Amino acid sequence: MFNRKWVAAVAVGGLMVAGQALAADKKVVAVSIPAADHGWTAGVVYHAQAAAKEINAAFPDVEVVVKTSPSAADQVSALEDLSASRKLDALVILPYTSEELTQPVKAIKDMGTFITVVDRGLTDASVQDLYLAGDNIAVGANTAKFMIDKLGGKGDVVVLRGIPTVIDDERIKGFQDTIKGTGIKVLDIQYAHWNSDEAFKLMQDYLAKYPHIDAVWANDDDMLLGVLEAVKQSGRTDIKLALGGNGMKDIVKKVIDGDAMTPVETPYPPSMIKTAIYMTVANLIGQAPVRGHVKLDAPLITQANAKEYYFPDSPF
Amino acid sequence: MTALTQSTAPRSERRYQFSWADAGPFLALGALLVLGFLINQDFLSATNLSNVITRSAYVAIIAVGATFVISSGGLDLSVGSMVAFIAGITIMFMNVMAPTLGLWAIPAGMAIAVLAGLLCGLANGLIVTVGKIEPFIATLGTMGIFRALITYLTNGGTIPIDKSLREAYRPVYFGTLGGVPIPILISAVVAVLGAFVLYKTKYGRKCAAVGANEDVARYSGISVIKTRTIAYVIQGACVAIAAICYVPRLGAATVTTGQLWELQVITAVVIGGTALRGGKGRIWGTIAGAVILELIANLMVLSDFVSEYLVAAVQGVIIIIAMLVQRFSK
Repeated sequence: MFNRKWVAAVAVGGLMVAGQALAADKKVVAVSIPAADHGWTAGVVYHAQAAAKEINAAFPDVEVVVKTSPSAADQVSALEDLSASRKLDALVILPYTSEELTQPVKAIKDMGTFITVVDRGLTDASVQDLYLAGDNIAVGANTAKFMIDKLGGKGDVVVLRGIPTVIDDERIKGFQDTIKGTGIKVLDIQYAHWNSDEAFKLMQDYLAKYPHIDAVWANDDDMLLGVLEAVKQSGRTDIKLALGGNGMKDIVKKVIDGDAMTPVETPYPPSMIKTAIYMTVANLIGQAPVRGHVKLDAPLITQANAKEYYFPDSPF
Repeated sequence: MTALTQSTAPRSERRYQFSWADAGPFLALGALLVLGFLINQDFLSATNLSNVITRSAYVAIIAVGATFVISSGGLDLSVGSMVAFIAGITIMFMNVMAPTLGLWAIPAGMAIAVLAGLLCGLANGLIVTVGKIEPFIATLGTMGIFRALITYLTNGGTIPIDKSLREAYRPVYFGTLGGVPIPILISAVVAVLGAFVLYKTKYGRKCAAVGANEDVARYSGISVIKTRTIAYVIQGACVAIAAICYVPRLGAATVTTGQLWELQVITAVVIGGTALRGGKGRIWGTIAGAVILELIANLMVLSDFVSEYLVAAVQGVIIIIAMLVQRFSK
């Protein structure tokens, strides 16, 4: 309560200063995100821009500014540029790296800006007013649960994992913890770097190595695209399930169309940036309390709810 | 011209004698095949071998071009990004032309790919030769440019090929002719042409001469600028052919298409016996090098010895051993 009043006071103070220079006393929300360098970040950029457009149209006294940066160093510079020219009422940031961005974000917070951190936390949690992320453990766990049900509790599974990072480790951990004690056996698990081409090759090798595979899990949809091509080429009929994760539109479309091999999907939605921007603006405009940790679940996307996760115009 | 003939005569004589160094890549290939069979009997199955050789085709085709560039004393780091960029514009053109041209959009798109490849290669070549910029820096620059262009074209996501063309184009990667996968045939044709040009034509000799000693080559009346520029143009054409084979595999170009391929290409060329400092090119060795790289990756998955965390380390060790064997067999 105290904090919110304090932010409001600072915001009003900021507005009074800004008001002398500008006729319109708009509240400024800066959004700093990575540039689109692969499918998921492309989705983040798309949803951030969509949110900015919608909010700017709906609330004339709010201005959402989106800035993309191709590296951690560029993101630090972008923060300096954004805060140098005007007073920021709020900053929504998806940091490249936790370590490098913590200090620069803290400097902006010290100027009285409301800080929303998305997806990747900062090393000093006291910097953020609102933290919003998806649940990578649930991505693995929910996929595993579906597989256990669908395969009747037993079967041979091959897994493709991404790049050695916390995100990848958590997804794999969620999956392995869930299948523990069931008859689901992981035949093999290898890195394919979240890359369709590498996943295609790896799946060809899995198919050559194992004469019988019941199901495949690629912990990201880019890889699933490669897996599906390799399975199609092999003409094998033993593979009952090929599941991915993340919520790529091509895969969600398969779920909508009732694909037999990929009947479900688990989201780690890039649209979470939109949730974060809307919540931040709700705090700024509607005085809705939003401080705290928000963890979006990774519910199975099925034919019934797939429309909610389908963005045909998004690049991802 | 007489000076050139004399200086290259001993070189060509030596080629007909048996040389352990030249045979190195093929011996390494043979050893890997034996090792693979001992580890996993499925390794030598027709399906597995044809899968592995087929997917080595991209790197092999690009590496034929890189053999020209490297033997002429240059280097091209931009090939991976160039594949992505050319694949991207090829798909865009095919999609635009599909409604009017129908299936003819595929060959038309291929022609555009080749044209784009030639132009990209020419740009690289002119920056290096006329601009007199170190090849490493020049192509590092164009590597960034091509990667940024494909990112821009895809909005950071993917460009998928039109559904009406997808099935018709698929056989270019997945089809066979007389039982041999088409990408293997294409890379064989590229290699035969490459070997002919490099070993049998005047241009091939010039390439090696410029790479061996630029000054001597210039004094012998060889245009260094022209020779090197043409090498980059050949490289561009090879990249375009690789892109043509690449598109039908996944039916899309993405921001990560061809990432780090430049390093695989350079590794294949060097494993094949081409000197990285220029002056000596080995087309068939390059092809063997490309296949070796894919075989190692394949073996890592088929064997159960190596933890998934250590695969890259073992690959590195095998490549270094292969190079040491060549070094000491000279």
